[in-house]
Amino acid sequence: MARIWKFGDDVNTDEIIPGRFNVTTDPKELAAHCFFEVRPEFSKEAKEGDIIIAGKNFGMGSSREHAPISIKAAGIKAVIASSFARIFFRNGINIGLPLYIIEGIENEVEDGETVELNLDKGLLFLTEKKKEFKLPSFPPFVEKIIKAGGVVELLKRYELDELI
Amino acid sequence: MGTIAEEIFSRKIGRPVEAGEMVVCDVDYIMSHDSTTPLAIEALNKMGKPIFDPNKLVIHLDHFYPAPTINGAILHQRINKFVVENQIKNFFKQGVCHQVTIEKGFVYPGGIVVGADSHTCTYGALGCFGTGMGSTDIAVSYATGKNWFLVPKTIRFELYGSFPKRVYAKDLILHLVSKVGAGGATYMACEFGGELVDRMSISERITLANMAVEMGGKAGLIKSDKKTEEFLKDRVKLKWEHIAPKNPKYEKVIEVDVSKLTPLVAYPHRVDQVKPIEEVEGTPIDCFFLGTCTNGRLDDLKIAAEIIKGKKIPPDRRFVVTPASNEILEAAEREGILKIFRDAGAVVCNPGCSLCIGRHQGVLAPGEKALTSMNRNFIGRMGSPEAEIYLASPATVAISAVNGAITDPRRAK
Repeated sequence: MARIWKFGDDVNTDEIIPGRFNVTTDPKELAAHCFFEVRPEFSKEAKEGDIIIAGKNFGMGSSREHAPISIKAAGIKAVIASSFARIFFRNGINIGLPLYIIEGIENEVEDGETVELNLDKGLLFLTEKKKEFKLPSFPPFVEKIIKAGGVVELLKRYELDELI
Repeated sequence: MGTIAEEIFSRKIGRPVEAGEMVVCDVDYIMSHDSTTPLAIEALNKMGKPIFDPNKLVIHLDHFYPAPTINGAILHQRINKFVVENQIKNFFKQGVCHQVTIEKGFVYPGGIVVGADSHTCTYGALGCFGTGMGSTDIAVSYATGKNWFLVPKTIRFELYGSFPKRVYAKDLILHLVSKVGAGGATYMACEFGGELVDRMSISERITLANMAVEMGGKAGLIKSDKKTEEFLKDRVKLKWEHIAPKNPKYEKVIEVDVSKLTPLVAYPHRVDQVKPIEEVEGTPIDCFFLGTCTNGRLDDLKIAAEIIKGKKIPPDRRFVVTPASNEILEAAEREGILKIFRDAGAVVCNPGCSLCIGRHQGVLAPGEKALTSMNRNFIGRMGSPEAEIYLASPATVAISAVNGAITDPRRAK
């Protein structure tokens, strides 16, 4: 059963992956140090399909793409937050890590609670509380990137100008 | 017509565009460094496309150069290979990427520069739309010479008055970040203007623009003027036109009179947690650091040197001075400034990101405290997560280094 990893406001990229660990491009190595200092248990216990729920301005700080890569490589299926920092949002979408904005979502969930996330139907279901949330839809351009599994896959098939 | 951001995008695209529009647009230059280039190379390879124009790429080794670890050396090896294979001529190992990108003439009014580093917003000090992105975004520009942008709304900072003694642009930007909050300008451009900014040097303007991202800003923009022209004279060969807002509509206008501003310190672990220096004065500090793209320029070094001249730092403390670029290092050397620091007991490092990124030239031990002229004090940024980082102006760093504890720079003679 997938679980929720809950975080607060203003989680920065140094917390997601400290600078001294991102001297590599290996996703597995990055995942091994994801939230290394603030949630040391995360990299050991996070399972494929788990999700992160956070407050405002998730991913603030540096432009390091190592941050969303480490989260994705740790098995996280999606991050849902009240809001995201700009560069982190672009990076996540670009590498195919789904990011959803639901304002106030962090107040509805507990850390460790079980969850079902259906990306095709766009639904988040809290299994213990039997509470359902609809995931917001993206602007068409962003939707195309997500559907393709990231901007790299998309650009293999299309020119950038065709997309807007 | 519009804000500086709208003016730049309108000029570039050849029709009027407004905040909120999504556009695909040519970029003038694509900046990346040793920490972010390797992932961009990987993304480009996965796309299976050639580089659109190698002359648009500007690559720096600065975050850990020369490499202090085997992993770092491997990344440098990969970048060297990429640079040689693709005949990239804009390749530098001369200091912090932002400072060197500006000095070498890749930044000018009306330009658009994307950079794989969040502090790319620095370029707005010269009226250029610089914005930070991730490595995959940078690879998109490598392959296409373009990128997609949401034309941002703008927060205008209307700044006036004169700085009191030993109060600087750094204190002002810390004040603005604390006022707006770490996420207060997310997705927006920050425009700095007013008679104070008109009077500021290019270096001071760079300090303001550099920290726009600390409030979430996408860019930190300042209109160009005679000073911009003077600064760019021998650096940019290309013809450029001045940029300024024209009948702009701002999302918000924040007015600040700096005449009553006092020296400020951002305390651990957030840039928007700012206190007047009186409230933290006396806090013992282990490591003092002067440098970075925020405050590692010649004027910063001069201010600090004047304060520290003839004095010594306590034997159990360390003071690291890292000029932001070779150009600055050489000028400081010529003026005898670096000797003043060495005589005071400081170590002067080769230009680069240095202690700001916690990967080389000295890191913090658990329990240690640092006072620095850099732009971020996030947990673990300079080494141990059990260390604490305080941010302040070069003057505050210098006088505090003499005393081994946070000290009000207004006390310095």
